[in-house]
Amino acid sequence: MVHGALQLVHTGIKGSERSTAPGGFLLTIERGTAVHPPSASSTFEAGVKGEPALVVRHLTKRFGDRTAYADVSFEVAHGEVFGFLGPNGAGKTTTVRTLGTLIVPSSGTAIVAGIPLSAENGVEIRQRIGIMPENPGLYDRLSVTENLEYFAALYGFRDAHVRINDALDAVNLADRAQDLCGGLSKGLRQRVGLARTLMSDPQIMFLDEPTSGLDPVAALEVHALINSLRAKGVTIFLTTHRLDEAEKLCDRVAILNTKLRTVGRPADLRAQLFHNTLQVRTRTPLANPGAFFATLASINEWHSNEPGTYELEVADVKSAAPDIVRGLVGEGADVISVGESAHSLEDVYLALIDDDGNGTAP
Amino acid sequence: MNTFSSARLMAVIRKEMRDYRRKRSIVVTMLILPFMFLIEPVVAIFVVPASSGVSDPRNYVILPVLYLLLIPSIMPSTLAAFTVVGEREQGTLEPLLTTPISQQEFIAGKGAAVLIPTMALTYGVYGLFLLAVEVFAKSVVSSAIFGQGSLLVALILMAPLLASWSIAVGMAVSVRATEIRVAQQLGALASIPPVLLILILAVGVIHPTLAVALIFSIILLGVDVRAIRIVAKMMNRERLVTGSKPSR
Repeated sequence: MVHGALQLVHTGIKGSERSTAPGGFLLTIERGTAVHPPSASSTFEAGVKGEPALVVRHLTKRFGDRTAYADVSFEVAHGEVFGFLGPNGAGKTTTVRTLGTLIVPSSGTAIVAGIPLSAENGVEIRQRIGIMPENPGLYDRLSVTENLEYFAALYGFRDAHVRINDALDAVNLADRAQDLCGGLSKGLRQRVGLARTLMSDPQIMFLDEPTSGLDPVAALEVHALINSLRAKGVTIFLTTHRLDEAEKLCDRVAILNTKLRTVGRPADLRAQLFHNTLQVRTRTPLANPGAFFATLASINEWHSNEPGTYELEVADVKSAAPDIVRGLVGEGADVISVGESAHSLEDVYLALIDDDGNGTAP
Repeated sequence: MNTFSSARLMAVIRKEMRDYRRKRSIVVTMLILPFMFLIEPVVAIFVVPASSGVSDPRNYVILPVLYLLLIPSIMPSTLAAFTVVGEREQGTLEPLLTTPISQQEFIAGKGAAVLIPTMALTYGVYGLFLLAVEVFAKSVVSSAIFGQGSLLVALILMAPLLASWSIAVGMAVSVRATEIRVAQQLGALASIPPVLLILILAVGVIHPTLAVALIFSIILLGVDVRAIRIVAKMMNRERLVTGSKPSR
């Protein structure tokens, strides 16, 4: 099963167009490269060298006979945006709850913000982290400010009002500070939840589906906020179902399906799982494609699902594409497009989850 | 680092009070119930026959007066039953538990936020009753109530103990319940033992003397301490979040 976006490597042969190619490929004729890997910020790079913000070793949680997650190990560097992906029931939320000291693991160890995970260290760990659950959980009969005041008091902040104002400014909610939370839209409630998490100035922020239910503009604002937090060196542990969001925001991602299936940078995961593929479209089918492609050393394999469209497996896209275009032009073919089959994080996710069977945790 | 913070305790109490005030139905229920329990004792002090034929006026006033003890027994159970399951249903429990608040602070804050209005209303109603006795009751009735320390001791001493019992049971039910309605119905069962106790005293199975009041108070104190410890044990973060017994 292949899913992916096709983006043009070279244009100008026969104009431009935009269409959906068979097999679910979205052909976008525009100058660009493959799906952008998230840029690793200098903060993240610096963090990688130091002590990790989060160290998880063979963590397992069972509820009676049911295993929520098993033998999970990974590290998250300071300042890193770490995506935690997986299907429903994969154990993502339980993992976050465990790391947030709400649930005791059955076995394994973890170090959260420099403190070993244990019931005794719960208060200290919770002082250093912030967790925003998918449902922001606001007191509807209290105003935005009153909600934040309550949490500021629980954290024991002496400069509560400064923190509240800063947090509200950060999420663009200063003008709604006196509104009762019960009257806020889902998007605004989500923002209040974010403000509440920001207020404690955490070393690690656990965000569980922070853009769930938000309109695109509000979601973009949350993305901008996450990027600004990254720039400040805040470590972000992002649980999301939105793979495009993970791809856009995360330095690295982990895919969990009860067991950890993989951890890595999205680009690395794509490279591990998928070959480099070019898709070539010509106005009319090649007379003898087998013979023609055999003459090009840069092509390892090829196949065609429809006349005039060819999938070419190559070792290196950048060097192969010009050779192929030159060859096709020399052969007298009218080339419509040559594009890289850029596999998305979604492809990686689906490939791994499909391997597990039905895509849900046992 | 795991010290009890009175600031956090106060934060929980303040928030709960603020929340009560904003919900009119809570305030109305809180106010109506105690005053309903006041009607019977006040009526009772007027219906005591003229002094000449009354051998022992306590027989006429003791049941209505002990009736006042139902206020701290019944009133807090509904609020207490809401404490955990209500937060869980609203989705506010998890964010709350991710803060540095300890289990002890959580229990104490939630419990105190129920106990404070309960006791304020209970003692307020007591005050109104005693005022009514002082102003309107016949002298035999007045002296029967003010002259017998046991009745006042029972009222004053046992009220917080009965309320604490009711709160502990309500909170225990709230931890286990999956729905607010179920929690509130089960929480109401907390008032059965105090009602039985009051009945035993009222029907004369045990004669209500000062000594009896003190003994019952001590026993209640022991029961309350035990109940609060059980609740504290149940207030495990994992149980609160998942709603089921923690497992390894």
